[in-house]
Amino acid sequence: MNKKNHKNQLLEDQVLRIAPQILELLKSVHQVELENFTMEIGDLELFLPLGDRIDRSATGPVIPVPLKPAELIPDHFVQPAAIYPGRIREVTLGATKSTGGSRKKTVTIGGAIAPAYSDFSKKAVHSPVIALDVFDMPVNLPKVLKENVAEVMEDPAEWARMNVKKFGADMVTIHLMSTDPLIKDTSPDLAAKTVEDILQAVDVPLIIGGCGDPKKDAAVFLKVAEMAEGERLLLNSATLDMVGAKTLEPVATAAREHGHVVLAFTGLELNNAKELNRRLYEYLPPEQIVMDLTTVALGYGLEYSFSIHERARFAALMGDTELAHPVISASTNAWAAREAWMQMAPEYGPRELRGLIWETTNALTLLLAGIDLFMMMHPAAVLTLREIILRLGSDLHAPGEMDNDWVSVRI
Amino acid sequence: MTPSQPLQGKKKKGIREISPIDVYKLLPGTNCGECHESNCMAFATRIVNGELVIGDCPPLLSEENARTYKELAVLLAPMVSVVTIGSDAHHITLGGKYVLQRHEFTYHNPSPVVIDVHDLMSEAELLDRVRQIEQFSYNYIGRKLVLDGIAIRSTSHDPDIFKKAVKNVARNSDYPLVLCSFEPAVLEAGISEIPDRHPLLYAANHENWKIMADLSLAYNAPLAVYAPNDLPLMRSLVKTLLQCGVNDLVLDPGTFTENGLPDTINNFSLIRTQACRNNDELFGFPLLGSPISVWAGGEISDDVLKWRESVTASMLLSRYADMLIMHSLDGWVLLPQLIWRFNLYTDPRKPVSVEGGVKIFGSPGRDSPVLITTNYALTYFTVESDIKSANIDCFLVVADTGGISVESAVAGRIFTADSIALSLKQYDVQSFVNHKTLILPGLAARISGETEDTTGWKILVGPKDSSRLSPYLREHWPPES
Repeated sequence: MNKKNHKNQLLEDQVLRIAPQILELLKSVHQVELENFTMEIGDLELFLPLGDRIDRSATGPVIPVPLKPAELIPDHFVQPAAIYPGRIREVTLGATKSTGGSRKKTVTIGGAIAPAYSDFSKKAVHSPVIALDVFDMPVNLPKVLKENVAEVMEDPAEWARMNVKKFGADMVTIHLMSTDPLIKDTSPDLAAKTVEDILQAVDVPLIIGGCGDPKKDAAVFLKVAEMAEGERLLLNSATLDMVGAKTLEPVATAAREHGHVVLAFTGLELNNAKELNRRLYEYLPPEQIVMDLTTVALGYGLEYSFSIHERARFAALMGDTELAHPVISASTNAWAAREAWMQMAPEYGPRELRGLIWETTNALTLLLAGIDLFMMMHPAAVLTLREIILRLGSDLHAPGEMDNDWVSVRI
Repeated sequence: MTPSQPLQGKKKKGIREISPIDVYKLLPGTNCGECHESNCMAFATRIVNGELVIGDCPPLLSEENARTYKELAVLLAPMVSVVTIGSDAHHITLGGKYVLQRHEFTYHNPSPVVIDVHDLMSEAELLDRVRQIEQFSYNYIGRKLVLDGIAIRSTSHDPDIFKKAVKNVARNSDYPLVLCSFEPAVLEAGISEIPDRHPLLYAANHENWKIMADLSLAYNAPLAVYAPNDLPLMRSLVKTLLQCGVNDLVLDPGTFTENGLPDTINNFSLIRTQACRNNDELFGFPLLGSPISVWAGGEISDDVLKWRESVTASMLLSRYADMLIMHSLDGWVLLPQLIWRFNLYTDPRKPVSVEGGVKIFGSPGRDSPVLITTNYALTYFTVESDIKSANIDCFLVVADTGGISVESAVAGRIFTADSIALSLKQYDVQSFVNHKTLILPGLAARISGETEDTTGWKILVGPKDSSRLSPYLREHWPPES
């Protein structure tokens, strides 16, 4: 074989090798336009399909052997534009002097136009925020939670201040637990005083937690709403029980008249959530409603909370306006799981760490399901959540991590 | 030119779009009852609900029905293919997903959690770690949660050393294996040692794919495809490997835990969304998450890395990872993953509650304790599991709170003195015992006074957590009269 023939042979081999790719590329093409292309008729070899005239006598049945590609078959990926007709309402919590309150900062939640962190081009307008808990009376807390706040547990205002100053809370939740008729049955006036003290102590927006009794809560909320005129407190919460107790209307009306926001609480049931919202729409604008669909601890039903939030958010983005409200999660509930606080065999690690990772995991899981506002307790869980919210929302991408070689690293 | 995605051809029906009629039409239609259903339509209904598989219809397995069997298999194929790793005797199954979100149907094949060893460990270290992996377990509401496999990494880059490590592990454990190296010679040395174990080969990339494909075919072993943060490359690799005849693929778009975290979450989400919503066959493969990546970062303290590994793992479980490779063996890192995986893969269509009534444990007598709890499934199963593991003979009244836990039901005024009185009467609790003492959950302590007044039963406030029932009963039962 002379040199030239050899070269031709090589060329031919190359052409044959890329043939499958060319075929693949041409698969869905009906017409090819060639530019700057000339050829002489002598270069053409015509292969015409000969149909029946192919001689099959010599071979048995033809078994197709897949032709192994010699090179990577190119492909590309264009992210399909997922269009969601719906949009989550934006709700502002807290009011500054210029808007009728006394807060230094307000917080706006909601505004999502796609499922959380599903699409870089459809980022949420507002990042999720974190509220830290305060109780108006000493409560039983797991040791690892108690040790951070032991010195302020007798003083809700101090506790609130510590949450903001030391732990960086965006908001503070005051749980008016002592108002529970089955606990201390303290008066609405006293509750209003506690809230007033906290409004003095911190300049962030507040969440006002009741005791769960539909009558007592209404009495407390009415008093607090009036005292804190214009502060855009989040009243936690309005429930379907209030319908039976005939207290939903007064609570919702008070929220409207005194400029507050209502948290509509239902227990893992979307039809109930929609019904409660419909009832609330009769008394106040939808922009004053946030939903709590119930947060259950990891190991005790977190999957129900996860799926109810995924369902609600997806339905809302698909156009169900009755569910298009920002959502809140009480990640503190994670501490109800025994794995979070119980002394266990050494292979499961110290409960101090288990508790922290439990609250963190609870919050992160629901972050992915679209939560806009977290109610939390442990500073370490708060730190992690904050860091990840920042990271997931940032425009920094993966540079420098590409060669993260876990395969051969010595650990 | 038109892009090749979404893939050509008629759009495959999602599992929720398939009606029992679609299945019924392809069944033999003889109503023979060999499947133990009353007729073919009943069988078809249970098929589309995911409660039975087509192999449960014996006539379908006959040769004359081979064609319809195949048609049904295509009709009912999941959007994400199924890949098995390991020997027939001990294997793990990944993928097989029908839907993007679990509430749309249910997730199948809980993501295996695989823990690493590496080939520069001494033999003693290696075997000790293998033992730890095999022995780690946690008893969660009566179920044993465990780790699923061992990933052997080549830190040495030396085929002989890797081969020896693979041999050592394989000789001492029948757990499914993942062999990890980007050097084909190393992987080949490893897999030649265990030709019948069908390990996952990790991984084919843009450089080594040709030899990896040959290895995968020669040993009939599934192959992981690594295209870090590069979805076009991932598609290109998958397309090429399919062309080579390798069909058992597992996709690794890279797990980045710091600045790359949003990319990671985004890539996993995009791949799975494309597969499930747009029937994209090049993305219709199981996804591999590698929280172990945090350990390649180095320099920070071990506890911080473990924390980060745990957090990454649980996010990836929620975001479609069909398998995880991890390094930490610490219980506090692994428990959230094993429990969350278990939860995520339960059937969301199953009710949150159990039936109310009186449940009998052990062989209680007429003087045995009577406890009460609510009918929230997880509350009930937790209490049940604790009573059983402590071997307590007792009666447990399960009050119907509409599937709400004790704490919430007390707060929501569902579990009240009146509702307890109603349960006692409705379930005729008095007929079981000759005393009138009821043990209330500790979390319902605040309603004990009212309950005693309303029911006329003496109320004891039990422990807040049912794990403490045994010591509690030792101290308080029988009650002083």
